[in-house]
Amino acid sequence: MSTFSTKLFMALAISVVLVACKSTPIKPATVEDKSPSASTANTTPDAGAGADTGAIKEAAIDSSANGNDKNNPLKDPNNILSKRAIYFDYDSDAVKAEYRPIVEAHGKYLVAHPDTKMIVQGNTDERGTREYNLSLGQRRSVAVKKALNLLGVQDKQIETISYGEEKAVQNCGDEDCFAKNRRADVVYEGD
Amino acid sequence: MKLLRWIFLCAAFFAALTANAALEIEISGGGAQQIPIAVVPFGGAANTKENINEIVAADLQRSGLFRVLETRGMANLPTNSSQIKYAEWVALQAQAVTVGNVESLGGGKLKVSFQLMDALKQTQLAGMDYQIAPNQVRTTAHKIADVIYQKLTGQSGMFASRIAYITKTGKQYALLVADADGYNPQSVLRSNEPIISPAWSPDGTKLAYVSFQKKKPIVYVQSLTGGTQEVLANYKGNNSAPAWSPDGSKLAIVLTYGANSQIYTVSSSGGDLKQITKSNSIDTEPTFSHDGSQIYFSSDRGGKPQIYKVPASGGSASRVTFEGAYNVSPRFSPDGKSLAYIRNDGGKFRVALQDLASGQVQLLSEGAQDDSPSFAPNGRVILYATKLHGRGALAAVSSDGKVRQRLNDATGDVREPAWGPLLN
Repeated sequence: MSTFSTKLFMALAISVVLVACKSTPIKPATVEDKSPSASTANTTPDAGAGADTGAIKEAAIDSSANGNDKNNPLKDPNNILSKRAIYFDYDSDAVKAEYRPIVEAHGKYLVAHPDTKMIVQGNTDERGTREYNLSLGQRRSVAVKKALNLLGVQDKQIETISYGEEKAVQNCGDEDCFAKNRRADVVYEGD
Repeated sequence: MKLLRWIFLCAAFFAALTANAALEIEISGGGAQQIPIAVVPFGGAANTKENINEIVAADLQRSGLFRVLETRGMANLPTNSSQIKYAEWVALQAQAVTVGNVESLGGGKLKVSFQLMDALKQTQLAGMDYQIAPNQVRTTAHKIADVIYQKLTGQSGMFASRIAYITKTGKQYALLVADADGYNPQSVLRSNEPIISPAWSPDGTKLAYVSFQKKKPIVYVQSLTGGTQEVLANYKGNNSAPAWSPDGSKLAIVLTYGANSQIYTVSSSGGDLKQITKSNSIDTEPTFSHDGSQIYFSSDRGGKPQIYKVPASGGSASRVTFEGAYNVSPRFSPDGKSLAYIRNDGGKFRVALQDLASGQVQLLSEGAQDDSPSFAPNGRVILYATKLHGRGALAAVSSDGKVRQRLNDATGDVREPAWGPLLN
């Protein structure tokens, strides 16, 4: 208790008058949704310090397009273009031979449709830190992009991003589960 | 909204947690030398919904450095120092006694007074008056706890501060800000897409974070008082891992403009983009040194991921961690003397603390999937994400490893904690 004794010895009578402490209420974000079905975003009311803000706007920022799937080769379940996942081995970003047909089909489609854009999303399992996994997942998306580039797809048609472990099936108990998370997903603009 | 509450594991003390707490807080361990203190109920308690003494006592107890004495059954409960019969408190083994009072000033204003007295010397160690609005009672109680903590331990306080964290409930993600004791959770952002990596501006008025709401990682900055979400970085590829410089003028971020993750800096308004690392490896998880001169980061340039540093204006990088095969997520202590990070210790991801002068490393958490270390404003506690029964939860450990806490949310996953600065 030496610190305490020292402090006692140094005891000072301090009287500080703080007039009107500043309050810093938190306002939730207003997320603007550009999707057609979304209602107009409103400014959310001031939460007020200490208030539990049940009235936070829940932004409908996740929209999905409703196209006519039958006439869209990308959505037709009988077309290889509807296959969007490429799986990887542990700690690897090599595109395996068994996924070549999928990559080639998408490559042909993108070459035939030079205005069509695609995002390749890399994914990892949940082991490791989130930001580091985001970087690891990126390697897988870049590997798929490079394979597509070799097929003649232009850089401007492909954006590579990563979801890291964010879309991983959590609490995997076995290798089969981990393997499902080691994946790149191809997503077309407007999907 | 579901609250998280710290659960007190410590058998000696169960705080009366009466308000709506979101995080459940659990405490175990404690310093060998706990300061015995009596926190006497405040006079005029009818003027507040919450009992200030209970909030103060819970803060002090949670730190592990105090033993809060039971005051029930005491014949005299003084509300100012002149009423204290010191012999009664010394008999209880109290070394310090706090007394206080709440007075209504009319017009919705309250006056909270408190005094911290040395029970042995019968002298005043601190005395404060606060004029507040009724919704500032909890914050004022935390400020009082900080004054007591500072006077009796010699360390600056940490209780009047906020934490940010992410929850996932069902398919919905939320970025929340709560008081450091888990109370008053307020929603900052909700989305059906992931939100990660919240980072406090040094003045505590803004949060930077990564949201996937546009189906890709984009870095946003949001004012907590204005509520407006502004894009800080939305370049082709990933935009992630924001970290503020100590003066708040710029942020380090990670972009994958080429292929691999590389570190850039950008002004806090989003301009003046500058590439800091140029490698063929993964460079990510930047954090500024406390003096702002260096950026520490994770990189696999040597094969396995390790922590490196580079001048904040760019230049050549040098390695910081040598022990262990996998060290990531560096965070500087507020005094700049130590570095917390995550080590993969034989398959267990644990919080490590490295003394930068001696290079000595202490593993502070048990694992196995610990993530996102974040220092309390005074550096005495490290908050981090962990897994509990298969779900994300928050945990905290004192920087000496002696006191542990856990925060739960009964309804979903809690992750990605970030401890903000002390409130003004």
